[in-house]
Amino acid sequence: MKKLLIVDDEPNIVMSLEYAFQKQGYNVFIARDGSEALVIMEREIPDLVVLDIMMPQVDGYETIEIIKKNPAFAKAKIIFLSAKSKAADIEKGLSLGADLYFTKPFSVKKLIAAVDNLIRI
Amino acid sequence: MPSYAIILVIIGYLSLLFAVGIWADRKSKSKWVHNPWVYALSLAVYCSAWTYYGSVGIAATSGVSFLTTYLGPVIALPLWIIIMKRVVLISKQYQVSSIADFISLRYGNNRSIGAIVTVICVVAVLPYIALQLKAVSETFDILSDGVKSTSILTDSTFYIAVLLAVFVALFGTQTSDASRRRSGLVFTVAVESVLKLVFFLIIGIYVIFYLFNGTTDIYNQISALDGFEELATFTNIESSINWYFMIALSFFAIFLLPRQFQVSVVENTSTSHLKKASWVFPLYLLLFNVFVIFIAWAGKLLLSSDLNPDYYTLYIPLQQGHQLLGLMVFLGGLSSVISMVVVSALALSTMISNNLIIPYGFIKLLNKSNPEDNAQRIKNVRRVSIFILIIGAYFFYVNFNIELSLFSIGLIAFVIIAQLAPAFFIGLFWNRGSAIAAKMGILAGSIVTFYTLAIPFLNEVFIDGSTFVSEGPAGIALLKPYQLFGIDFMPPVTHAFFWSMVFNLMFYLIFSVVFKGNYRERNYAELVVNASSYGELEENAFVWRGEAYVAEIKKALVRFLGEKRTARALDIFYRKYELNPQEEKADARLVNFSEKLLTGSIGAASAKLMISSVVKEQPVTLPEVLKILEENKETISANKQLQQQSHDLKRLSDRLKDANLALVEKDRQKDEFLDTVAHELKTPTASIRATSEILADDDDMPKELKQKFLNNIVNDADRLAVLITNILDLEKLSSGRDIMDKKQHLLKDTLVKAVDGIYQLALQKGVHIEIETVENVSLIYDEDRILQVFTNLLSNSLKFVPENTGTIKIQTQQYGDEIVMSFEDNGKGIPQEDMQYIFEKFYQSNNQNIKKPIGSGMGLAISRHIMENHNGTLTVDEEFQNGARFIVALKTGGL
Repeated sequence: MKKLLIVDDEPNIVMSLEYAFQKQGYNVFIARDGSEALVIMEREIPDLVVLDIMMPQVDGYETIEIIKKNPAFAKAKIIFLSAKSKAADIEKGLSLGADLYFTKPFSVKKLIAAVDNLIRI
Repeated sequence: MPSYAIILVIIGYLSLLFAVGIWADRKSKSKWVHNPWVYALSLAVYCSAWTYYGSVGIAATSGVSFLTTYLGPVIALPLWIIIMKRVVLISKQYQVSSIADFISLRYGNNRSIGAIVTVICVVAVLPYIALQLKAVSETFDILSDGVKSTSILTDSTFYIAVLLAVFVALFGTQTSDASRRRSGLVFTVAVESVLKLVFFLIIGIYVIFYLFNGTTDIYNQISALDGFEELATFTNIESSINWYFMIALSFFAIFLLPRQFQVSVVENTSTSHLKKASWVFPLYLLLFNVFVIFIAWAGKLLLSSDLNPDYYTLYIPLQQGHQLLGLMVFLGGLSSVISMVVVSALALSTMISNNLIIPYGFIKLLNKSNPEDNAQRIKNVRRVSIFILIIGAYFFYVNFNIELSLFSIGLIAFVIIAQLAPAFFIGLFWNRGSAIAAKMGILAGSIVTFYTLAIPFLNEVFIDGSTFVSEGPAGIALLKPYQLFGIDFMPPVTHAFFWSMVFNLMFYLIFSVVFKGNYRERNYAELVVNASSYGELEENAFVWRGEAYVAEIKKALVRFLGEKRTARALDIFYRKYELNPQEEKADARLVNFSEKLLTGSIGAASAKLMISSVVKEQPVTLPEVLKILEENKETISANKQLQQQSHDLKRLSDRLKDANLALVEKDRQKDEFLDTVAHELKTPTASIRATSEILADDDDMPKELKQKFLNNIVNDADRLAVLITNILDLEKLSSGRDIMDKKQHLLKDTLVKAVDGIYQLALQKGVHIEIETVENVSLIYDEDRILQVFTNLLSNSLKFVPENTGTIKIQTQQYGDEIVMSFEDNGKGIPQEDMQYIFEKFYQSNNQNIKKPIGSGMGLAISRHIMENHNGTLTVDEEFQNGARFIVALKTGGL
């Protein structure tokens, strides 16, 4: 079973995504911000991380930088999912090594399709 | 009184002055030594023995004309301030050390002008110093009742002269940089000024109120004598003209006498001191002259007519048998002599060394030596000059045994010094005045003075029965030295002054118009004429072209300043202009800077020579000069207008720039605000959309989960609504468009309503709420808005206090017309670094863009706006340690 880590401080979104991805057959892990996500990743290296940007403590940019530096996480794909929708924000997100950038509000179906496509079950 | 006793007193008095001088030198920075009073009083070096004794003499023989010498400076003072400000500014900038230096600077650091001015000054001042010695000698004789000594070895005056020379040498030549201030000397001069005035006033009061019954008594007695009228009034038109010329003469003297220039310019430490001097100095002169006429009249009444009226001041107390008073008068006179001789000798010695000896010949010798030797040599030149001057003056006095009165020798000195006036005054304001014109003017004036004053005088002294004066040379009546070209109604001094000025001015103006100065000279002229601030006196104002190597200029500097000072000065120079110290070729600014540095040590003219010996200067061609210098009045004014316009334009564009920056900043803030708003709106929207999408596509979702998802949607929608309300609120409040419903309310009621609103939540969290309030405080406010503030503060606290042990405390107090409420809790408090941001919209947005605020982040911003719209305040207590504490303040008086 492919492992999916959802990192977002917005509990309602997390709850919806957790349900939707579990239903697709993913093993879903949840973190409320970057520092929690990194703690989880020490234990379970996910195949894909859905990452919000604006979060308390360690934000999405910092998190991806740490992930990209650690060769142990090399296989983990990363999708940014953020309300920051300016071209500059998207560019920055992708330049830091994200595979995809979704802006909020977003279509759950499209997100699932993108995840499926990236880590092909 | 026995001679030895007087000599002992003199030695004691001089030692005292020495001690004062040494003390002041050590304390040169203290407020006792460095203040405008000392400066103002030091100007009174103007009052020499001529004033102290001579005024009474002239009052006794010619009536009120003694006043001119003092009226001149008094009338001149408003102008004095304006001119002095400029002269001091320029002098400090260019380290000018004497009047000769100043005039030579104005005419392009012209060596020969400096020398001519020096010679003029020496010629004028040497007899003047002799006069001072004569006064000391004669008063000494009167006091000791002795017979004039015929041998130098037994003549006390000689020893007094030597003592004075030592005094000047000690205080005046400590450093080789003559433009440096000598605090000890100046302070001593100020002290002497006070002493001579006080002593003179004492003798005045003594004469008027002790010997007579007040001024009326003297007047009544003297008016009974014959010929009194002539003494107290102007008898005819001639004597009034005489008055005006005399006033003009002393007007010039106050600027041009070397000793006046020394104290007022060289020793000036701050242009602000000029202000105090502008009223202290005239007042001083006034006080000095208050009693003169009465002492003169008293002398006429009390003393036998064969006594010299110059010394009435001294004779009166002696004749009355008051020996000690006589001694006091003597010491006052000695004080005025000492300060005059000391300052004059110092000024002249500086001029002789910097403008005569060093530039002519000595400079070659200096070029080869090391800095210590050079400094020592310069000091030695000055010391020798001081001794030669004073001893020279002594011999002048002994050999000529001046027949003339104190007053007329003083006046002759004034006339000679006045020859510098056109070059000095016109040169300050007219940039066309040229070096050759200045020289010709001074020479012409001096020749006329020599012809109309010195020749007749020498003639009378040495040739008995000469007809030179009475009939003119070879019988030509038009050339009679006292009645040149038939002008026969003026006394000799006025006559000489008149004609010398006419020729001097004429030559100066004609030569200036006919012969333009060279480019260098005109640069300096431009500089002096247009100087109104240090800024405009920058080195880069110069036109200069040539080749020079930094290393060579440095070598020249090191010779006079030493390695350390040179290095320090160059360091400052390079930093100021941000130049590369590694550059081999020197630019114009460095050349001029070096000249200026050297000017203090060896004078302007010598500095120019020194530097030009290492610099290959190429004259700038005329077209080039034309480009840089303003050619005529129109271009000057057009240029000034242009300057003014470009200045205005620059100011305008600066203001536009500022406005633009402010707009950009406002825009940035607006953008940021909109960004944050968008983000805040999108987050719940995204949540609603995602949840609804899942709900729509999923039919077999458990009912419980479905319910939960639906609840989430409702919550997010609520959150959106609150957010939108807040944003609109904030917009309304901050733009002042909020319409408030202000009515009289009891503060306590509103507070209770607010607490009621959160009571349920507090109960659930186990939070304790304490209220201390002032009863019956009734204020006018919009209750909904104030309620919003209280609720916001309370719910913030509720959010951050710990469960079960949380406490919220509300206190209300009245201070005068101010109601102060504090809301404090024992929650986690506000981090110190966030204190300054909490009242901003989405407060974390500014310092840490990324972090998401807890809550909407707008409550405090809104609350503060509400309080401000109520003419109140909302602040946070930054000192509070155990949680958060907010202070709400409202005025009872009104909104």
